[in-house]
Amino acid sequence: QAWLNEKFAPELLESKPEIIECVVEQLDHMEANLKRAKRGDLKVSVHRMEMERIRYVLSSYLRCRLVKIEKFFPHVLEKEKSRAEGEPSILSPEEFAFAKEYMANTETYLKNVALKHMPPNLQKVSLLKSIPKPNLDSFVFLRVLERQENILVEPEMDEQ
Amino acid sequence: SEAKSGRTDLIFLIRFRHCCLLRNQRCLLAYLYDRLLRIRALRWEYGSVLPNAIQFHMSAEEVEWFNQYKKSLATYMRSVGGEEGLDLTQDIKPPKSLYIEVRCLKDYGEFEIDDGTTILLKKNSQHFLPRWKCEQLIRQGVLEHILS
Repeated sequence: QAWLNEKFAPELLESKPEIIECVVEQLDHMEANLKRAKRGDLKVSVHRMEMERIRYVLSSYLRCRLVKIEKFFPHVLEKEKSRAEGEPSILSPEEFAFAKEYMANTETYLKNVALKHMPPNLQKVSLLKSIPKPNLDSFVFLRVLERQENILVEPEMDEQ
Repeated sequence: SEAKSGRTDLIFLIRFRHCCLLRNQRCLLAYLYDRLLRIRALRWEYGSVLPNAIQFHMSAEEVEWFNQYKKSLATYMRSVGGEEGLDLTQDIKPPKSLYIEVRCLKDYGEFEIDDGTTILLKKNSQHFLPRWKCEQLIRQGVLEHILS
């Protein structure tokens, strides 16, 4: 479910470290089981296939998040910075580190290649303003969980 | 210093010039940033080591950016899946079957698979191998997936 939500939402969603940890543990468990199984056992193939599928979903989910982090990096970092105390984070600690490194890397590059050669008043550029924000007006798929009467579909809706 | 002269008509000229400079800056940064995005895509397509032909087209700073990027990415991937981490550049497509038929496109040499056996990958030889081992080699152009 988290995978589908992430794929179809235009912006980065909440980070779900518990789910990821759980899935990774499952995979490790299955791997350990398979190592102990007899060779040529039919179940081995089926389990391996299952593992591949799980690994694919997990990779796809994490990749999707990374792509969004890289695409919207100034906004993602800004959002994280201005997050209130009780609010859940959209980035895992590792993703946060990755985002910061990405930002620093890109800023250093632009500064060294272009900005430092420019006239003094043009040497700073706000990446927050230059890099496009996620398009929150893009259409999303919704699945109805409970029957509701008379819901007005407003122009702005977030994912389910 | 032009503003010190106090003539109001010069102000428009200054503003116009500033707008031109800003536009040039935007164009330049857009070009450089686009190149970075393409270089980033190269890491996902070719892996950590870029073919020489491509490296030749990159500036020293771009190579530095690339090295930093792949280091960041590696740190992140290592942190994700248990002990060794999860290589996110694998499993790009949903798996259809465990083993696949591949043909070797160039001489690669020996290749070891999970149960310890080694396979000699010579040009034009065909093998039936586990999918996950072949993914990287297929992307590098060493193996070709045969779809019957």
